[in-house]
Amino acid sequence: MTQLPQSTQRKLGLVIDLDTCVGCHACVISCKGWNTENYGAPLSDQDAYGADPSGTFLNRVHSYEVQPEQGAAQLVHFPKSCLHCEDAPCVTVCPTGASYKRAEDGIVLVNESDCIGCGLCAWSCPYGAREMDMAEGVMKKCTLCIDRIYNENLPEIDRIPSCVRTCPAGARHFGDLADPESDVSKLVAERGGMDLMPEMGTKPVNKYLPPRPKDRIEDQVDVLAPLLAPVAEEPQGFLGWLDKALDKLPGGRA
Amino acid sequence: MHPAPSVIIFTTLSGLGFGMLFFLGLGYPAVSGMTAFALFAIAFGLSVAGLVASTFHLGHPERAWKAFTQWRSSWLSREGWCAVAALVVMGLYAIGMIFLDQRWQALGLIGAVFSIGTVFTTSMIYTQLKSIPRWNTALTPPMFLSISLAGGALMCGQVRAALVLLLIAALVQLAYWHQGDRALAASGTDLGTATGLGPRGKVRAFEPPHTGTNYLLREFVHVVGRKHARKLRVIAFLLAFVLPIALLLLPFNHVFALLAALSHVAGVAASRWLFFAQAEHVVGLYYGKRQT
Repeated sequence: MTQLPQSTQRKLGLVIDLDTCVGCHACVISCKGWNTENYGAPLSDQDAYGADPSGTFLNRVHSYEVQPEQGAAQLVHFPKSCLHCEDAPCVTVCPTGASYKRAEDGIVLVNESDCIGCGLCAWSCPYGAREMDMAEGVMKKCTLCIDRIYNENLPEIDRIPSCVRTCPAGARHFGDLADPESDVSKLVAERGGMDLMPEMGTKPVNKYLPPRPKDRIEDQVDVLAPLLAPVAEEPQGFLGWLDKALDKLPGGRA
Repeated sequence: MHPAPSVIIFTTLSGLGFGMLFFLGLGYPAVSGMTAFALFAIAFGLSVAGLVASTFHLGHPERAWKAFTQWRSSWLSREGWCAVAALVVMGLYAIGMIFLDQRWQALGLIGAVFSIGTVFTTSMIYTQLKSIPRWNTALTPPMFLSISLAGGALMCGQVRAALVLLLIAALVQLAYWHQGDRALAASGTDLGTATGLGPRGKVRAFEPPHTGTNYLLREFVHVVGRKHARKLRVIAFLLAFVLPIALLLLPFNHVFALLAALSHVAGVAASRWLFFAQAEHVVGLYYGKRQT
């Protein structure tokens, strides 16, 4: 049913720490690895070893440069996957009911046997979270690893999304964002977690933690620093003589 | 957006076909026998050809019937219902006019409403998408409707109505282009809001997620040169509106009428190519493709 649930009991989602992400793309690879052999159709590649390779991914890492008004530019690695929006436009546009949002945990899924591959859900998503699989002709998207998080065959430590389990930097967190006492909710409150494109009115469940301000070298100068400052702008003594002598050689100071 | 031939053919031909069915349903012209047969054949041919073309871009056309289930929330589903209702009702109405020399007015009126309703629901599929600011405007439905009605009147030989409707459609088209060119900037969405990093400084896409292309780039990040687009706009405008109006103003002649119709269709197709090709999906921002 492509009508959205009034509200969901839980809001399972990710919190992604832009301060911690090192841009290693491990989450991209582990996502592709897990999801190509579990829930739904495999994530196909086209011309994988040829001149123009492309393929279906549910998670991609961009990198952005942020240049503040003053100070040095900062590089921010930016993983992006489905945000499991509360007001998900991809669900309501679906003509067949293949695209749906679960009332119990808020996960947005595609029932691939109902998907006609019209692509309208991908058109409606401002985040580019959905990709049509070229081999299967159905829409693929992040399932929040629904086949891991409830999977009792896995050790408890693995019952989190593959990307979260893999992240070597601890930049990805998984939990219930409807519960204000959950670790992820506390993290969002403490670090000022933000929505992407809030003006689109999609109310994303996933939150991004902004990068912390960089340390500035001027603020860190040691009390002993003045003693380390160069004492003479112009070299004197032996160095002064050497400097002048070298200048006089052919190819010296013009 | 990628200007896929299937959607351009669909919106151009179906718009024209359902525009014709609208006028035929209202009894303009009130024809019978072979004349009615010819007109209905053209109208049904165009509508159905368009609808069939629209299924070409589906990944699983064999499941297309499932698209009738979600009319409560989905404009695409509503479009399916309207199109089928229009074709069935107008089919019965056509049988009366062609074979029985009967014009069932009420049936024609219902068919006309569903016909124009199909064009409206098509336009709403695009209008509803906030992710594409150029389409997400109150001018999109009037543009589709006015072009469909103008084309319908032209094809049904309603010269006076066609002149007025072509003029209206031309003005709506100009307004749509004028507004569309400012839509992305006016939406307030930029790389700053897309990443949430805007308040911290000027955001620039530094490195894309991969060196190759992907579905998102192919489908949503089509970039048309501005010079190229301006030329095409002039061509589309001349063919779709100016030339047909000029030909209709000349003393009536079947050759002129045919030329007017062909010119109109070619112009609308060019305008539809621009409608898709120039539409900026905001996902392009993430790839640094929408910087002004």
